[in-house]
Order: sequence, then C-alpha cells, then structure tokens
Amino acid sequence: MLQYLIEKEFKQTFRNAFIPKLILAFPFMVLLVFPWATNQEIKNINVTVIDRDHSSWSKRLSEKLGASTYFNLVNYVNSNDEGMAVFEDGKTDMLLEIQPDFEKNLMNAGAADVMISANAVNIMKGGLGSGYMNAIVQDFANEIRAERIQTSGKTELPLIQVISQGRFNIFLDYKVFMIPALIVILMTLLCGFLPALNIVSEKEIGTIEQINVTPVKKISFILGKLIPYWTIGLFVFTLTLGLAALIYGLVPKGNLLTIYLSVLIYISTVSGLGLVISNYSSTLQQAMFVIFFFLIIFILISGLFTPIASMPQWAQIFTYFNPLRYFIEIMRMTFLKGSGFSDIWRQLAALGVWALALNGWALMSYRKRR
Amino acid sequence: MQKKNNPPFSILNSPFSIIKVENLTKRFGTFAAVDRITFSVGKGEIFGFLGANGAGKTTAIRMLCGLSKPTSGEGFVAGYNIEKQSEMVKKNIGYMSQKFSLYEDLKVWENIRLFAGIYGLDGKLISRKTDETLKKIGLMNEKNTLVKELPLGWKQKLAFSVAIFHEPKIVFLDEPTGGVDPITRRQFWEMIYEAAEKGITIFVTTHYMDEAEYCNRVSIMVDGRIDALDTPKQLKAQFQVESMDEVFRQLARNAKRVEN
Repeated sequence: MLQYLIEKEFKQTFRNAFIPKLILAFPFMVLLVFPWATNQEIKNINVTVIDRDHSSWSKRLSEKLGASTYFNLVNYVNSNDEGMAVFEDGKTDMLLEIQPDFEKNLMNAGAADVMISANAVNIMKGGLGSGYMNAIVQDFANEIRAERIQTSGKTELPLIQVISQGRFNIFLDYKVFMIPALIVILMTLLCGFLPALNIVSEKEIGTIEQINVTPVKKISFILGKLIPYWTIGLFVFTLTLGLAALIYGLVPKGNLLTIYLSVLIYISTVSGLGLVISNYSSTLQQAMFVIFFFLIIFILISGLFTPIASMPQWAQIFTYFNPLRYFIEIMRMTFLKGSGFSDIWRQLAALGVWALALNGWALMSYRKRR
Repeated sequence: MQKKNNPPFSILNSPFSIIKVENLTKRFGTFAAVDRITFSVGKGEIFGFLGANGAGKTTAIRMLCGLSKPTSGEGFVAGYNIEKQSEMVKKNIGYMSQKFSLYEDLKVWENIRLFAGIYGLDGKLISRKTDETLKKIGLMNEKNTLVKELPLGWKQKLAFSVAIFHEPKIVFLDEPTGGVDPITRRQFWEMIYEAAEKGITIFVTTHYMDEAEYCNRVSIMVDGRIDALDTPKQLKAQFQVESMDEVFRQLARNAKRVEN
C-alpha cells in the first residue's frame, strides 16, 4: 500500500513545474549567496578624521587608519563643526578627533587623547567599528612607545601583547561558521514545511477526502507523505556537502556517519512539527502563517546569527524548545570541531525526545473523520 | 439507452439489508444537519437519496462512509458499525463525491493504480484490469493523459470506474452527474446499471428527477429528515401526481431551511 503512495508523491512532485527547480536552486543559493550575505564582519566603515593638531604623528595615525581594510578615510577636516556636518549628512560612519597638541603631549607626557564617535543607528557597525578603531589606536600607541624606548634607552613597563588564535576556524572565516547552520534551515524547509504544505493543499483541493474514505492506515498515509521528502532532503544534503567541499573546501571534520544519523533524527523531528501544523490547518493561508511564525522565531532563537549564551536567561530557556538550536549546534560541532557521538549525544537525545513527542502528536491529531 | 424496467423493490424481497440506519443524527452545535433518519437499503438495490440543497444528504453520506462521526443513532454498512468499525466499512465501499477527487496532476492510469493499490490489489491484476476498464468506458486512448486535461463527463466516468475498481459491496455516489449534458448522464446511468447487475449496491444522490425514476427506491430528505421513502411509482401514486418532479416539489415546499 505504502509503495503506491510514495510513487504518487514522487510523480506529483517532479511533475510540478516549479518545486523541483526550487529544490535544486536552494542548495546553490545557500552556498553561493547566503554565506556572503550573512557575513557579520564589518568592512568599509567610512571615517572622517578631525585633525586639530596637524602634526606628523597625527598624520601617521590617520594613515594607519586608512591602510586598514576595515576603514575608508573619506574626509580629513580641521574642526569639530566640519566633522559633525559630514557626520550628519551621513557621509561618514565614524569620527576620529585628534586633539590639539596631540604630538606634544605624547612626546612630553607620554599620553594624549583622541575621541572616537560612531553612528550607532546600525548598532553592529557602530559597536564593531569602535572596537576596531580602538585596536588600531592602541597599536599606534604601542608603536610610539616602542620607538621611544629604543631612542631613549629607558626601560619602561614591559608591553604585554595578546595574540589570539581562532581554533577550529583558524582564519575566523564567517562562511565556514554559517554554512553548517544554513544547511539546517534548508533541511527544515524541505523536510518539515514542504510536506506540511503539501498535505494542507490536498485538504484544500479535496483529494484528501478520497484518501480518507479508503481503508488506508494513518501511518501509511503519513509515511507516504514523508518518505519522498526525506529522500529529497537527504539528496539535497549530500549535494550541499559536495558543493561546500568543491567551492569552499569545507569538508566536515567529524564522522560522516554521525552527521547523517543526526540529519535523519533532525528531519524526522521537523517533519513531525510540519505534520502537527498541517493537521490543525484547514487552509494553505493558515498553514503558511503558522509556519512563518514558527520559522522566524525558531531562527531568531536558534543561535544561527546571535550566540545563545549572550541572550537573557529567559530567552535561553525558550531555545530549549527549539529543535533548530540543537541541530545547529550539532552541525557546527561536527563540521568544524569534528565532534563525535560522545560530544553531541545530549543534543541528539533532545532532538530524539522532540521527534517522538511531535510525531506522536501528529499521529494522534490526524483524523480520517471528523 | 434501452428502457429498463425497474421492478418494485421491497426490503422483503431482499432478505439482506446491506445498509441499516436507525435514528442517525449529526448535529453541528444546535443545528441538526441530519435529524434522526431511519432506513435500510437492500443488497443490489439502486437507492436514490434525494433532497434539496442543504437538506443534509452529503452529511448523511459522509457518516455512512466513515468520514464523519454520528452525534447519535446507529448505522450498519456492509455489516459493520459505522461508528466503531469505520475502517472495516471503508474496506467494503466505494465513494465518489461531488468533487470526484481524482488527482488532476496524475495520468488516468496512475489514478487507477494509486487507488487500486491503496485497496490492496495486486500490481499485475491492476494493470490488466486497468486496460479492461479503460476499454469499456472508451478512455483507452486517454490512458496516458493527465486527468486535468479530460472533459468533465470523462472525469466522472473515470471517477466512477475508480470507485468500483476494487469491487466494493456498495458504492456511494454524491451527485455524480452534476454539470454534464443529458447524453453523458444517460451513459453514466448505463454504467450504474451495469455495476448494479454485478451485485454492487448503489447509493446515489441526485437533483435530476429523471434519474430518480431510474432508482429502485427513492428517499426524499427535507430539513434533515426523511419525509418520503418508496418506489418512484408508489411515491407518485401516494402524492397523486404524474412525475417525481412534482413529488419532490410538494415535499420540498414544506422545507423551512434556507438554502445557504
């Protein structure tokens, strides 16, 4: 009985003018476009320097800033007012104000003030920009200090330099961080929400009634809907793995078997969620809206973009109810750190519990008659 | 179509009632869509289930087919309790709704294969019987056509063939001939007669009174109740009119429900 239902689903899916193309386009988008677009490194920050000192050191600081890939030196003005005017016109994101007697104070007192102002409308840009600039100014100060020690021969306090190294993602490449997590979104859509919409559209067209009036078993009907999408999901997952290796040289460090097992557990979890939604939706409009609701909330509290650890405590509690959270953790750990089964079993267990709960609920709430 | 003589049917002639219903009721809130109906249908009978729009026919059929739970009352279809054994009922019936829900994006043979497969028929048997059926209804050339490309009348024929493909004991037809021309309707009724001759009990709703004349017995629903049930001939005699059309009008005149 099941074979006929699966056969039907495949025929319908591949006969659709649109869906097969989208299924293929999706992994390409996820790999070729999203990792670049979701990059949270800030580059090309426009900076205006207000130089009220006009000394060789103030010039040197400005040049150092301009040489950085993070900043574009767009303007070089003499007064605070001019600087603010450029700021308010939106032509610059940050101001660096070098006080009068900058060089003299540095020479004599060994200390001088600069002021950084950042446009914080874009918090990310403002915050990170200030941080970067701070680092550059510090670096500049260290250079000066080192030179002075050399010339004067004085031994001042030893400099402590911090060298940081990004483990597991040595170049702190944002793409490597995002791709495993974006695959999670892909699986969620393909295996969770696509079959849900399929079932609701059968309700709308009325064909589901013709199925409900047959002696088909609930479990056969549900598996008949899910197995095709699981197959497509696994195929797309494999395709994405291949593309990631080919394009970015990103090869999972972890065991492939562990990764595939995790994928299987995850797709059965999200399809359970999709089924529950489809059972309670009588129209596509309703189903779509509920799906958007869950998808957006799930993505925002999944740790995809923002670390869960920096969320407030109450928001962190919500993330425990989010299957995406666990799978994103699993994917990043297995892909980047090469974590094995013993490292990810907690997340897998959490997903397993959700899979059982959601699929049990789906099976209970699917009614062949009302 | 050659004129068929429909012999007066009596439950007594047929010792085996295949559908038995007593006080069957379906309420939606306080509204009784089906209000304590009681009747039985004999094996092999062509049973017409008439009523104005909104009289409760479809709701009643859906209960008999196990698509809807009765609020109260009892019913047996093919010997199984419609409330407690609805899945057993489903094994023994065929159903064709007003929407005759074939899959529009599947081909003719694929629709037959799907539903026959769901009823547990063997793959080889399905392919052999598919050709036989399609030849019989004159759709052999359309075997590989998508259902959405078929004209309405052909879809109806196909839907009926699908509904009886697994040789059920009873087939429920809910307004099977809506929206097609008289010739197509006659052809459709020839198919119904043929199925009845094979021993399949036909339970059919219709708005066409000429079709009512083809039935062995006819029930007429008004406001959720069955107000009349007999052979077309005796109904006409009872109401002292010439046609089923007039019988229907006399009964429907008393309806209080407004068509929605």
